[in-house]
Amino acid sequence: MKYISEFRQQDLARQLSKAIAQTVDPDRHYRLMEFCGGHTHAIFRYGVQDLMPENVEFIHGPGCPVCVLPTGRIDNAIQLAGRQEVILCTYADLMRVPATGRNSLLKAKADGGDIRMIYSTQDALKIARENPEKQVVFFAIGFETTTPPTAVAIQQAQAEGLTNFSVFCNHVLTPSAMQAILDAPQPVAIDAFLGPSHVSTVIGSQPYEIFAERYAKPIVIAGFEPLDVMQSALMLIRQLNEGRHEVENEYSRAVTRQGNLKAQALMQDVFELRPQFEWRGLGLIPDSALKLKASYADFDAEQRFNMPEIQASDVKGCECPAILRGALKPKDCKLLGTVCTPENPMGSCMVSSEGACAAYWSYGRVRG
Amino acid sequence: MCLALPAQIVALDLATNMATASVGNVKVEVSLALVDDIAIGDYVLVHVGYALNKLDEDEALKTLALFAEAGLLSDA
Repeated sequence: MKYISEFRQQDLARQLSKAIAQTVDPDRHYRLMEFCGGHTHAIFRYGVQDLMPENVEFIHGPGCPVCVLPTGRIDNAIQLAGRQEVILCTYADLMRVPATGRNSLLKAKADGGDIRMIYSTQDALKIARENPEKQVVFFAIGFETTTPPTAVAIQQAQAEGLTNFSVFCNHVLTPSAMQAILDAPQPVAIDAFLGPSHVSTVIGSQPYEIFAERYAKPIVIAGFEPLDVMQSALMLIRQLNEGRHEVENEYSRAVTRQGNLKAQALMQDVFELRPQFEWRGLGLIPDSALKLKASYADFDAEQRFNMPEIQASDVKGCECPAILRGALKPKDCKLLGTVCTPENPMGSCMVSSEGACAAYWSYGRVRG
Repeated sequence: MCLALPAQIVALDLATNMATASVGNVKVEVSLALVDDIAIGDYVLVHVGYALNKLDEDEALKTLALFAEAGLLSDA
């Protein structure tokens, strides 16, 4: 068992495709929102859409942390990187995200800012240890998958007395985003959800139960491999046909109902809820993001550097906000493939390896 | 950002709570801060340098069996 090739077998994909075609009700339209950008990419990269009957539609969700981060927070990070004493550490995905005034972290780096791309929060700690005369700030973003590693680094910095390390925290919560989509004033029509893969390894499948129950939407926690996506779609179609709305777990090799309790305890120790947080496309969502608890305030970059709140607007014509709500598809955006490309992105959905526009561009959806 | 790869643990350093894991022929250093009871030979999901979870082979086999079952249905 290698846990990869087994879940990409072509013959099984064909069989699943047939089974789905036999299961769908031809008089019905199935609108399945895949919450995660990882699923969007699996759907396009492996041609899953082409293996589905015409009446099964994938609606792309907001599960791309780079995409939902509002421009003002990137502007904040660029300001920080402009300080002489700061080394800003960031995951690579953020480097090309457009900021105000056609700026980006990549341009700020070219302009002399000490910005370092890191793979792991352990790398940021190492840079802090090696540069005691500098202030090392980690630009933390991501859903619950990426949050525990940030918590580990903060605890470790405290234990080591690493006083030149701090975190610019932008971690956000998946269930709050799902709730915002379901509670939107003009909600997008969605029949069922493909639930997050790796977020769910941390938080478990239990937090989705309330959505299945209260909003009567079937949810299947789905792995990121193509056969996982197809099997999960089949499970959702069966639930819809039978009038059921339950949380089912297709990704049981990695996800349990309780999730990773150790990771959850770490997050609870280090972080607390912000009263509200702005999401690109979804607006202000209450209780949807995390900040450092008072006991770790010494490691909070927003306090250490007295960072201002910046309101910024997106590029005119960029449909990222509507795409992130599932209200539009990337092909509906006039900028896609004309002025907006991965080399010269106008919106965040074209930048990230999980962005829906990047998936359409990379896998040929805009060329036909 | 949420992407994680299955990797097999090939060496453990209990003093630092770190491990070496192999993804195909590539070896990566992995922190074990988020998991317990990891042994050499286990498969874990690796995300930004951390093992997120141990993968369950029995459950993986069950899921593969589900795919095969769907195939039987389509052949019928």
